[in-house]
Amino acid sequence: MTEPLVRIEGVSKSFGTFQAVKNVSLEVAKGEIFSLLGGSGCGKTTLLRMLAGFEAPTVGKIFIDGVDMSAVPPWERPVHMMFQSYALFPHMSVEKNVGYGLKHEKMSAAERQDRVRQMLDLVQLTPFATRKPHQISGGQRQRVALARALARQPKLLLLDEPLAALDKKLREHTQFELMSIQERTGVTFIVVTHDQEEAMTLSDRIAVMDQGVVRQIGKPGAVYEFPNSRFVANFLGSINAWEAKVVSIGEVITVDVPALGQQVQARFIQGLAVGQTVTLALRPEKITIHRSPVEGVNVIAGEVKDLAYFGKDSLYRIALPSGQLVSVHAVNANRGAEEDRLADWYDKVWLTYPPASAILLVE
Amino acid sequence: MGRWFHRRGWSDIIIGAPYVWLLVFFLIPFLIVVAMSFATRTSTAPPFGYGGENPLFNLAGYARLFTDALYIRAFVTSLINAAVAMVLCLAVGYPMALGLTRVEKGWRNILLMLVILPFWTSFLLRVYAWMGLMGANSWFNRLISGAWNWLVPQAWAVTSVPLMHTNFAVVLVMVYTYLPFMILPLYANLERLDPTLDEAAMDLGSRPFAVFRDVTLPQSIPGIIAGGMLVFIPAAGELVIPTLVGDSSSPMIGRVISDEFASARDWPMASSVAVALLILMVGPMMVYSHFEARAQTKEKSE
Repeated sequence: MTEPLVRIEGVSKSFGTFQAVKNVSLEVAKGEIFSLLGGSGCGKTTLLRMLAGFEAPTVGKIFIDGVDMSAVPPWERPVHMMFQSYALFPHMSVEKNVGYGLKHEKMSAAERQDRVRQMLDLVQLTPFATRKPHQISGGQRQRVALARALARQPKLLLLDEPLAALDKKLREHTQFELMSIQERTGVTFIVVTHDQEEAMTLSDRIAVMDQGVVRQIGKPGAVYEFPNSRFVANFLGSINAWEAKVVSIGEVITVDVPALGQQVQARFIQGLAVGQTVTLALRPEKITIHRSPVEGVNVIAGEVKDLAYFGKDSLYRIALPSGQLVSVHAVNANRGAEEDRLADWYDKVWLTYPPASAILLVE
Repeated sequence: MGRWFHRRGWSDIIIGAPYVWLLVFFLIPFLIVVAMSFATRTSTAPPFGYGGENPLFNLAGYARLFTDALYIRAFVTSLINAAVAMVLCLAVGYPMALGLTRVEKGWRNILLMLVILPFWTSFLLRVYAWMGLMGANSWFNRLISGAWNWLVPQAWAVTSVPLMHTNFAVVLVMVYTYLPFMILPLYANLERLDPTLDEAAMDLGSRPFAVFRDVTLPQSIPGIIAGGMLVFIPAAGELVIPTLVGDSSSPMIGRVISDEFASARDWPMASSVAVALLILMVGPMMVYSHFEARAQTKEKSE
């Protein structure tokens, strides 16, 4: 493998007695969109600020393009940041904001103007060049911030909650725009976000963080389908999780789940022993609802306790004889699903799932 | 009664109160002074009059402002002293205000308190303390004259450094007195600035000094103007400081007004000087706020 663009080696950061980041090591490849995903206070922003040079690691080292950044001040790093608040200079026009970083570049005034025009074109803000930041909309401000951060052609762009301040419609649109801009410029992105959907759609790889620790790194699909802990499983989407005991290990693993009052099957994983206590995790959308009894394994009988209609899909809550609730997500493929729905309140239903969809978590 | 003391009535009363105050205690007295400036000096009591053998509009006072070197010199001295004091206050106060925004919250209140602390003792007492320090026989004066004598050849030796009764002393004490008026509005302005803007500039390649020049300084101009006016305006009309520590052969304008009123009993002349001072102070301010307002409406309409 070629040298990664960013290498974080055993980095920890403490503020007084509070440890914001604990022994994080990770690598980001050139041209990648890498997300740091986690709730507030998980250390993702601190990690980003260390990459930008605003904070120094208490322990550990950060390499960017093979160069140790320990002694490099923010103004000399080949890294630019897009701030959550955008941090546009209020006393400068859009044009001046975008061109600000270029003052430090050895280039002629004409070249500089050219680059600014190019950047404004990239984010489609050319007609607004002479406006001040308070005279444009939130979405436009976000694009000015992006253009400003990209103007000096950094090797690495850090984005702190890039979409958090936008409304839902604009956010979806901007997400795709960010991806297309990344593709066109080839700049490596590191995105900090608390929004799992945003992380899933934007990124090539995600690092899920919790209390200063990286819990799992992987492609969005891998992290979603194969979480390595209850925390990750819960953080990315919703999940049904129950305590279980391993009964037998074969092609699939059979576990006894007291909450379900029966034995069920789950995907095979290495390193389990019969009798071990694990967590059985099952995503709501992997479960199918049947209105009549079904033969076979992995059939769970219950009664519809609650249902929520979202339009394109519905969420059912099925009560088991033990009193446990199982969440099931079903797509409303048929028109008129509101009236002609899969199941109604207090209907008796049978739930099934393919054994490979259930995962066993040790942590 | 009930007609006035309902909800709307109260808000009218509250909004109106400061206007009534300004009308009674500023506008009317000012109009009296303006009227007095057109009167003629007489030996009656009060010592001025209109009509009769005197002209109704006597412009002699204003004419003397432009012909008598005493007044011109006094105006020039006042403006220079006030301007120098303002610039020095800015030079000393800006770093202090900026420093205040950078210290920890707990310390900030203590340091702000220290800035205001001098106001707790009598202003006159503090000026007298300076007089004591600057006097020819004070330890302070002996210290600096000793240092001077040690540094320079014997031929230039002095017995004491002339500090008292100079414009230097006036400026020094004015800077000392008015410094909080510069620091507080500047601090209020700088404290509101978003620190992430500094980080953004740094991130885009600016060293700390360039960050200050490009981001902090331009955004603090309103604070500089507010602090500058709060220092310049009272400093230009200052009476007590130049009287106590100043050079009596080149008086400032406040001293001239006071002398005309009290010793010379020439009320019309004193009034003319006072009106001229006000025009000199308010004129530039009005021009500034006019352009400021126009710039703002222009920005909004864009």
